[in-house]
Amino acid sequence: MLRGLWKLTWIEIKVFLREPLGAIGTIVVPVLVFLVLGRVVNLQAPTSPAVSNFARVGLPVLVSLLIAISAVLSLVTIISIYREGGILKRLRATPLRPQTILTAHVIVKLILTTATLILMFLAGKRYFPPGTHVPLFSFTIALLISTWSILSIGFLIASIVPTARFAQPIGAIILYPMIAVSGLFVPVESLPPVLHGVARLLPMTYAVSLLQGIWQGDGWPAHVGDVAALTVAFLLCTALSAKIFRWE
Amino acid sequence: MTRVQNHSTKQLPSWVLDINSAQALYLANMPPVIQVSGIRKTYGRTVAVDEASFDVNEGEIFGLIGPNGAGKTTTMECIEGLRKPDRGAIAVLGLDPFRQVYQLQNRIGVQLQQAQLQKRIKVWEAVDLWASLYGMKEIDGEHLLEQLGLSDKRSAWFMNLSGGQKQRLFIALALINDPEVVFLDELTTGLDPQSRRAIWGLVRGIRERGKTVFLTTHLMEEAERLCDRVAIIEHGRIIDIDSPESLVRRHCPERTAVLDTDDPTAAEHFQAIPGVEEVTRAGNRFTIRGRGDDLVTEVIHCLSENRIRVTDFRTVLPNLEDVFLKLTGRSIRE
Repeated sequence: MLRGLWKLTWIEIKVFLREPLGAIGTIVVPVLVFLVLGRVVNLQAPTSPAVSNFARVGLPVLVSLLIAISAVLSLVTIISIYREGGILKRLRATPLRPQTILTAHVIVKLILTTATLILMFLAGKRYFPPGTHVPLFSFTIALLISTWSILSIGFLIASIVPTARFAQPIGAIILYPMIAVSGLFVPVESLPPVLHGVARLLPMTYAVSLLQGIWQGDGWPAHVGDVAALTVAFLLCTALSAKIFRWE
Repeated sequence: MTRVQNHSTKQLPSWVLDINSAQALYLANMPPVIQVSGIRKTYGRTVAVDEASFDVNEGEIFGLIGPNGAGKTTTMECIEGLRKPDRGAIAVLGLDPFRQVYQLQNRIGVQLQQAQLQKRIKVWEAVDLWASLYGMKEIDGEHLLEQLGLSDKRSAWFMNLSGGQKQRLFIALALINDPEVVFLDELTTGLDPQSRRAIWGLVRGIRERGKTVFLTTHLMEEAERLCDRVAIIEHGRIIDIDSPESLVRRHCPERTAVLDTDDPTAAEHFQAIPGVEEVTRAGNRFTIRGRGDDLVTEVIHCLSENRIRVTDFRTVLPNLEDVFLKLTGRSIRE
């Protein structure tokens, strides 16, 4: 059955890249955002230490999260379109196991996330402050763990959205605000108590902590807690969507 | 169904009896390919399938016919293992479609109603993917595309195919694993008459390869032309099962002759024909209704005996559409 998984994964990558808007939205837009913001921030960096700090850590982490979220939104949309069009059902009427079908989509998104991240590094290298040493490999792994965890939220959203039309907006409404309280702009500790509690429950918060730490050169042992939290979120969301996921 | 008769050994040599009983034994030991007994499926308060029971034999084209919403697709999807009936038992090729679904899916081919594929998947990619999903056997995908007339479309995206081409691709995918039973759900719905006829030819071709075909349709003409046996389903209940001809003979013994004549004495002669129940007249056109296979012969006999000159003559035979109307009290098109 592995043969089926790789075939399906490969076909899904090809099908995705043939969709002009999909490929541009998930790959080109995040890189452009990074370049534009990087330019703006760089021009102002010398005057403000806060901006300089954001340029050093915040910006790459923000754009990485945007990459992850656009991958998740794209997954939510694709799953709902496939469900609406009966594609999921048609695949399920083959000996392909249901989990294999969904695994193929997760793999596609992880591959595209990696590709976009590398593109961002290459295109935006000149905006990194001089002397920055980026642990590229560890950071990629950290982003993949974060994406993987957020993808499970995506499946949960895909389980509840009624039609493909609503998939993208509902997904965006749920996911983007998570960044606001994730500690990326304001430290979690200085949020009002209610928001602080909410932030502690959201996987995005742990993703930000992990990505910021790894970007700044932390070792993995310092972030075992973040990885554990992301794993718990993944397991919870997967278990829940396994219960409520609709194939048609 | 042929029944073994009770022959007396005195009238027939003993080997005749032996062959008959051997054949009966053979038929009895050949289980039907699909056995459905008493399945019921409800969605909330709606009863989709209600105590449906039927068998499908090896090598036949069996049709489940009825209007939209009668429970055809639900019944079929229960048999395919895509849905679990609330109660009742199903065996396909001796397998339980729910507990042994993966074993079953390797041996059956499925075409689903209104299914789509990825918009931008190429025809050959779909065939190649499907071929890789079946473990035990696979047949030459390119050859299959050729047989279904899709060779020149092999690099086309799914979204750019016509309705008929899409359905032919779905037939190809349903045949990719050389299945023993092929399920076709509303195969020709939405197709133009020409594509429909082409598809019928392909379905007969599937039977000629020795496969069993289970199909659903709401088109009575399709059922009449394709199916060896049909089950009529309405409101989730199976009303009757038989060959289309037997159903017509059983439920619609009426015969109608329509003829044009300007003979002033015609009407009273027609009334006197044995078996005639009603004669209606519109101008020179007479419609003679009655029952029994002899009616047409009697009408012709009456015409020649009384030297009635007719300028047009035709008979109207009842078909499955009439059977449906008779059994359910409403037309299938309503």
